[in-house]
Amino acid sequence: MMIYSAIGFYSLILGLAMSFPVIFFSIKNFKDNKILDSKIINFSFLQLLLVIISFLGLIMSFVFSDFSNETVFNNSHTSEPLFYKITGTWGNHEGSLLLWLLVLNLFIFIFLIQSRDLLKNYRILTVLFQQIIIIGFFIFLIDTSNPFNHVFPTPSEGLGLNPILQDPALAIHPPILYLGYVGSSIIFSSALAATTLNYISKTWATHFKIWVLISWIFLTLGILLGSIWAYYELGWGGFWFWDPVENVSLMPWLALTTLLHCVLVLEKRSTLTSWVIILSISTFTLSMCGTFLVRSGILNSVHTFASDPERGLFILSFLFILVFISFFVFFVFHKSNRQEIISFSLFSKETSLLINNWIMMYFLSVVLIGTIYPIFLDVISSQKISVGPPFYHKLIIPFLIPFLIFMALGPQLKWIKSRFDEKIYLIFFLIISFITSYFIVKNFSESFLINTILVGSAFYLFLITIRDFLKKKKINFSQNLSHFGFSLFILSILLNNILSNEIITNLRVGETFENEKLQIKFKELKKYEEKNYISFKGYFLIKENKSKEELEPELRVYNQPNIVTSEADIKTTFLKDKFITMNTVQNEEYFNIRYQVKPFMLWIWISVLIISLGGILGLFKNKSL
Amino acid sequence: MYGRKVKLRFFFILLVLSVLILSVFLVLKSLEENVVYFKSPSEVKMIKELNDKKIRIGGMVKKESVEMLKNEINFIITDLKNEIKVTYSGVIPNLFSEGKGVVAEGFLKDRNFFQASKILAKHDENYMPPEVKASLKEK
Repeated sequence: MMIYSAIGFYSLILGLAMSFPVIFFSIKNFKDNKILDSKIINFSFLQLLLVIISFLGLIMSFVFSDFSNETVFNNSHTSEPLFYKITGTWGNHEGSLLLWLLVLNLFIFIFLIQSRDLLKNYRILTVLFQQIIIIGFFIFLIDTSNPFNHVFPTPSEGLGLNPILQDPALAIHPPILYLGYVGSSIIFSSALAATTLNYISKTWATHFKIWVLISWIFLTLGILLGSIWAYYELGWGGFWFWDPVENVSLMPWLALTTLLHCVLVLEKRSTLTSWVIILSISTFTLSMCGTFLVRSGILNSVHTFASDPERGLFILSFLFILVFISFFVFFVFHKSNRQEIISFSLFSKETSLLINNWIMMYFLSVVLIGTIYPIFLDVISSQKISVGPPFYHKLIIPFLIPFLIFMALGPQLKWIKSRFDEKIYLIFFLIISFITSYFIVKNFSESFLINTILVGSAFYLFLITIRDFLKKKKINFSQNLSHFGFSLFILSILLNNILSNEIITNLRVGETFENEKLQIKFKELKKYEEKNYISFKGYFLIKENKSKEELEPELRVYNQPNIVTSEADIKTTFLKDKFITMNTVQNEEYFNIRYQVKPFMLWIWISVLIISLGGILGLFKNKSL
Repeated sequence: MYGRKVKLRFFFILLVLSVLILSVFLVLKSLEENVVYFKSPSEVKMIKELNDKKIRIGGMVKKESVEMLKNEINFIITDLKNEIKVTYSGVIPNLFSEGKGVVAEGFLKDRNFFQASKILAKHDENYMPPEVKASLKEK
């Protein structure tokens, strides 16, 4: 069995060695005028292959429960189902970094194949920049987080995977998220390469856009999966908690989304080059920062597999090197293009795009400050603080209003200058949206004014995108779809927030909770033995108005590691989710019951899917506008 | 005196600057309002003036102090030097149990009594809030 670990380890070392021929031939090829040396591609492929073998080696060690491997010992157990043995491979620090490395190699290889008709030296430079990152991660992996460390004597049983990670959504969440995170490395490398060669152009943008889109789609889906998981597994009944670990994935997403819009402008109008470069650099830097914050143990969460200052220090210094290189490249090589057409009128597509870019940068700074400030304060004054959701809500929500309105306006306007009298319908729609919103919100809410305006703005975007679907013949379908998805997203969140309600109570078996509106009856509790846990299922009957609902939340007592998790029971319909969780306190007869009604929950997930679907369609369409 | 373009640019810069200053001000202001400080029971005892700001208290759930009722739960948070009584009604995380680390968020009624509005869920049985670890280590 140990053979798999050995294979994994040696192919990892060999993989690192492959960087030398790649760099050597790249530099040699850079100077002469021939076409791209196929050796570069071959050795890159070899490197990718070796990393894949290494990764497979780790997977096999997990599958066969080889506890002489430290990573396996710490994160696996013989009683786990095969599926979770496999997903346990990336459910830990070492394995997930190996996955990072794999994706890094995969992307540069695909890049090499797919960029055939681009400038030779640009391709080579991208490879070189990417190799810097790859080597950094190889060393990081081998030096501080080797997934193939030995344990001697071989333990007979492992410690097991954290039970809340034993979940289908979370099994695919890391790989998807990583494809997004690490995809930004290609964005970083090729943006630097293009800057160095002064190659930034429309052709380049068309090619570059694909990478931005791919990373963006994966990042979006990755965050979505994480949210869905948090919603049903953590049992808090929400999907976003402004937890630092969540913020860390939101920041690159915001940068990437802004970048996506800038690249589209670059492709059409050859402006915003500095935006594109700076955002490419920041996206990757933020991804790295995220890895640093999460891995160094500075932030505490389920993602902090093991805190180790040495690791944090390594990533931090590596990050500084990368930032230094990119600043150097940007300031030395970037020449702002004199031909750039900077003049455009106030009433144009450019204006609304720029305004929204700035708003997104503002969102990004808010999230950044909220995430970093507690760490900063801890370091300078050792005061422990936390920044809660109110901070983010207060600073972000008001700016969503102009954001949504400009999002609706932008696509309706022309480049450079639009005529106002052609656009009367825009105002007409705005009035309709606010009136509708007034009547929707009127019946429910306390903070009436802000909700009306918010719902109104989101509804405005909603109506305008729908009008485009129906009316315009030549529309940019993918963009319109994503914007439509976004309006749906905001609308669902708002309505979800306004209309949600919950009941928290402590009940003993057989007891009933009652108020004017509903009745919760705790009918019985049953015990089931499963493969690696014991399940206690509660049977609840909920009577609300005339409807009756049976819900069965669960408590799972895992044997290894010994952890209790609660599994929410959720009845999902198109209009609302009914959500119940049950918790226990040792030696108490009472169970802590939380029952929530969450309207439009399903639509939050669907709308994010629509947003990313827009991105996917964008990949397949090359002519637009 | 100056051309139209120069004036325009001047106003543009002025606008950008004022927006920038305004947003920095906004961010700092709401940061100040929404920050939640973390204290150990001993630190709570040393607070000179009680105010109605939300705080977090971290420590260990004292053994045999948990008392669960129909609509609330009472327990004692201790850092082995000092302790504080906590009343709470709401969701109780799975890993809440006697002798384990806990972080409660809420308002101080007085130096011995805390009304919690949230108990923080932790995901890992080995996990202990670093603040708790630090305040326990001092012993």
